[in-house]
Amino acid sequence: MLATGLIGFAAPWLLLGLLALPVLWWLLRAVPPAAVKRLFPAVTLLLGLQDPETTPDKTPWWLLAMRILALAAMITGFAGPVLNPETPRLATSPLLILTDGSWATAPDRTRVNERITGLLEQAALLGRPAAVLSLADPPPADAALPLRDARDWLGEIAGLEPRPWEPDNAAFADWLAKSGDQGFETIWLSDGLARDGRAALAAALQDRGRLTVIETGAPVLALRPPQYRDGAVVASLLRSLPEGDLTVTLAAFGPDPAGIERRLATLDVTFAPGETSLEAAFDLPSELRNRIRRLAIAGWRSAGAVALTDDALKRRKVALFAGQRAREGQELVSALHFLKKALQPSAELIEAPLAASLLARPDVVILADVAGLSPTDKAALIEWVEQGGLLLRFAGPKLAASSLDRIDEDILLPVRLRAGGRNVGGAMSWGAPKKLSPFDKASPFFGLAVPDDVEVTAQVVAQPDPALADRTIASLQDGTPLVTRKPLGEGQVVLFHVTANAEWSSLPLSGLFVQMLERLAISTRSAAPSAADLAGQLWQPVQVMNGFGDLTPGEDRIAVAGEALAAARLSADLLPGTYRNGAREIALNVIAPDRLLEAAVWPADVSVEALDIARETPLMAALLTAALVLLLADILATLWLSGRLRGPRQNIVAALALALLLPGLPADASDDLALKATGDTVLAYVLTGDPRVDAASEAGLYGLSRVLAERTAVEPADPIAIDLESDELTFFPLIYWPVTEAQAALSDAAYDRLNAYLLTGGMILFDTRDANLGGFGSATPNGRRLQQIAAPLNIPALEPIPRDHVLTRAFYLLQAFPGRHDRTEIWVEAAPGDAEQIEGMPFRNLNDGVSPVVIGGNDWAAAWAMGRNGDYLYPVGRGGYAGERQREIAFRFGVNLVMYVLTGNYKSDQVHVPALLERLGQ
Amino acid sequence: MTPQPPQTSPRMRQQAQEHAALLPALLAEAQHLAASVVLGSHGRRRAGQGEEFWQFRSAVPGDPWRSIDWRRSARSDAHFIRQHEWQAAQSVLFWLDHGRSMAFTGDPARPTKQARANLIGLAAAILLVRGGERVGLMDDPEPPRPGQTQIDRLVAQIGAFDDGRDHGMPADHAFPRGARAVFVSDFLGPWQPLRDRVLASVDRGVAGALVQVLDPVEEAFPFDGRTEFLSISGAIRFETLRARGLRTAYLERLVERKATLQALAADTGWRYHCHHTDAPAQPALMWLYTALEKDR
Repeated sequence: MLATGLIGFAAPWLLLGLLALPVLWWLLRAVPPAAVKRLFPAVTLLLGLQDPETTPDKTPWWLLAMRILALAAMITGFAGPVLNPETPRLATSPLLILTDGSWATAPDRTRVNERITGLLEQAALLGRPAAVLSLADPPPADAALPLRDARDWLGEIAGLEPRPWEPDNAAFADWLAKSGDQGFETIWLSDGLARDGRAALAAALQDRGRLTVIETGAPVLALRPPQYRDGAVVASLLRSLPEGDLTVTLAAFGPDPAGIERRLATLDVTFAPGETSLEAAFDLPSELRNRIRRLAIAGWRSAGAVALTDDALKRRKVALFAGQRAREGQELVSALHFLKKALQPSAELIEAPLAASLLARPDVVILADVAGLSPTDKAALIEWVEQGGLLLRFAGPKLAASSLDRIDEDILLPVRLRAGGRNVGGAMSWGAPKKLSPFDKASPFFGLAVPDDVEVTAQVVAQPDPALADRTIASLQDGTPLVTRKPLGEGQVVLFHVTANAEWSSLPLSGLFVQMLERLAISTRSAAPSAADLAGQLWQPVQVMNGFGDLTPGEDRIAVAGEALAAARLSADLLPGTYRNGAREIALNVIAPDRLLEAAVWPADVSVEALDIARETPLMAALLTAALVLLLADILATLWLSGRLRGPRQNIVAALALALLLPGLPADASDDLALKATGDTVLAYVLTGDPRVDAASEAGLYGLSRVLAERTAVEPADPIAIDLESDELTFFPLIYWPVTEAQAALSDAAYDRLNAYLLTGGMILFDTRDANLGGFGSATPNGRRLQQIAAPLNIPALEPIPRDHVLTRAFYLLQAFPGRHDRTEIWVEAAPGDAEQIEGMPFRNLNDGVSPVVIGGNDWAAAWAMGRNGDYLYPVGRGGYAGERQREIAFRFGVNLVMYVLTGNYKSDQVHVPALLERLGQ
Repeated sequence: MTPQPPQTSPRMRQQAQEHAALLPALLAEAQHLAASVVLGSHGRRRAGQGEEFWQFRSAVPGDPWRSIDWRRSARSDAHFIRQHEWQAAQSVLFWLDHGRSMAFTGDPARPTKQARANLIGLAAAILLVRGGERVGLMDDPEPPRPGQTQIDRLVAQIGAFDDGRDHGMPADHAFPRGARAVFVSDFLGPWQPLRDRVLASVDRGVAGALVQVLDPVEEAFPFDGRTEFLSISGAIRFETLRARGLRTAYLERLVERKATLQALAADTGWRYHCHHTDAPAQPALMWLYTALEKDR
């Protein structure tokens, strides 16, 4: 085998034959084409005529070229050419397979793992010890290089998940320096992004032996945290490779009014060639904008392509009211001036009569020194607070003077107030102005620094009360409450015991005022939180993200200190996600706001390979076929040139040539499908793209069809494979959908078709084929994929199949629904809440509706799978009687399912049998 | 069956049968063609010896009593004589070229030149026989005769003179006085002997017509490339490296040959017509018939 780059030859010496081609060229040129003999009576007239040209008729150059080409193709073909010849790595030194393990490899994870498997298998054949390490999870500092038999590692590859944080080159290099001086060859599967310490680590690895880098070659896409700018949400996209156009779809997700997460908006953005970053603005109404929980690059499964949003994007609606009208020209003493200044940058202010403001559904209502409210206003306000509103009140002369709440606590005030309030440090009073005491731990303000220059000269004073201590969230140095709070329904009422202007205190003039408003989730911060902002608080994860960008609930994780959150050093302890403290939320994203993506640059002496191994392809057959075709064309051309193709033969040859060139026009496929699907009852399965799964589905449905034909009146034709993207679904009563992890995301059109199908009485049997090893859809990769795929589908509320579901008695009486696996958790549409069992009836009256989906993970197709000669293709259970019994039950489930689909709930009508019999008796 | 030499008998019989199979078709076709020609009166248009009634005329002194038509005369006071139309038979001799070159056709869908020549000749003979003339073949030493039996003889004789040469030559036949001659050929053979033969006929006071039958291929010369042209018998061959280059020269020669024929006809008072095998035979027959009619 002679291999030169892309193409190798099995018998390269045959290529010497190519040298003979020029000789052939000369020969062919010199010999004119043979004369055609023709009978011609008028030859006597020709006798004695002179040929006008003395030079012989030459073979045309293109004919010559064709012949030479045919010959060249033949010679090259016999030399046994092979595309992408494989050159095995022949070495016996230990092998270290190093992956970046970062979020950037997530989209290519399957291919990367396949490649690692291939490398390990090769190493195993050569008997090389190997180690597989991830830069994102560096080994413990004192561990040695974990060299083991390459075969041992094969089982661990599935666990090589991408991490939602950056690999730590420096830490790994440190570990490497301490782990001894053993030599080994390194294959580094890199995500192709430039990072600090790359070059140093590469050098350190090269000291130990050969270093080969394998890159995916695909561009890495990432999304910076979105920002709020000029009324729009601005997303910033990054890519690592500047080559070519790239159009991606950016989607914003968030809950709809019913609380179900939906895609709120999409935006197509295109990277121009040479561009590595671009910004895209979602211009949305504020209602919609405030609901955005995350942005994601559609179809890009990576934590870097998901950006969670937090309070920074929210603009709360704040309704402001003052007890007294501002007098013209006296802005600075206006009750609302400082509040407006503090809130304007980060909130939407509403100033309207109270009843009208509440219709606008504000998040916060601020009453500055309002004492008397009309009964209707008050009732409306109480109702609004109880539904989750935040009522913020400021004291003032009016509140101090009112006698509303001296004896009984006003429902819209957190505490009872003493009449008149108090003045300290003024011209007519004793003592100095009071300062604030530091916030204690239970206070939402804990951690904020108290500036010295904040002084309070007048305030309203709370009456002593057992609940007063609990309700105080800020107090003066002498212990009198400054800010009090009480919950009311789902909302809360907060009272500042001073005015909202600078009359009673200098608090509104200080930066502390803004911070306090922020902590009360009235205003939102405009920049990234600093360590000081977050200091002293514990933040509970709400949801955290894995390397694929999938979100999982984080309530069971340990709360994180604000300082750590501010430092934002992601690791296994600090996952990206949303963190909550009180009413405030902070999102921690994989991609920092100032992150740039650059392609990695490797030292010149490091060989860089592509991830995909090009398969070895023998080219001999193709070349010889080409030679044959050329020779045939040569025959035709020669015939044509010598004029033997004139007359009727010409048409025949033309027809033949046309027939050869056009390999048959494709028939109208959609009609074919419709005819096949409607000629008989047909079961259908979804093509997943995994040939093994597709074959199993085909064989499974074939087996089920056969059993149905044997045992029931349903005699289905052979099952049909459907492509969700292109095929019409309405013909099929039941679609079997095996879910694989590699299932491609569906287009909107496909979802529309699926939803229409489900709405109009179709049924889909989802099968995760993994026996739900992690409980329903929680942890298995297939389950997660199913959740992602099914999210846009109109699937009703589900419940585990109840014992009296029609599926348990549509044909056979069943209580278990095994496939190859036997876990009974299968889910169907939940029964209506008012379905009740009537006394004396064996089951509830569930007469309406056929569940549009049945979800399970028992791998039914494999249990049903049957070859054309009737033998079973997959073992069930441990074989033997028990296994065959399980297979029989699996078939019975299939029969029941098809019956259920085709006949609906008529079995439930048996509920009425006693009544009918009674009536007949009369 | 007549006794035949044993060694030639099978071949002769085969040929005879082939002809017998072919000729009734030819005859039928020729008769069909002849029937399509609407004939006028075939007599001499004057009274004379004949069988057809021509006219009654008043008897004049000197007429024999025998010739008075008493039935006609009884209807009036005068005597009438019944006259017959004068019918004098002409002799027409046909030369239907039987050279191999005539057996050519450029397209299987077209008849060969030979077939077309035979068809035209035979149809004209049928018409003439119907008109009471005598017909005969130049190659046949027998003198021309009238009547249907002569047509049968012609049919049997056509094709009997094939001597395997590329171009036929009419035999030197003894022409009766005032005879007519019809030469049907492609006239592509050697020119001089043919011309001599025509001139010799003219010298004997024979008038006639030349019908040139050509295949369209011979008119178009649609050849290209290196080509070796063979005559039908294979005796004459001509090779060229680029056939297309010869086309102009060839066509010039063909036009020249036609012009020569035309000139010969003009000089001798004969008539000349060129017929192509892709055209229907009827116009050629009409032309031939009127050409002979005028001469008579």
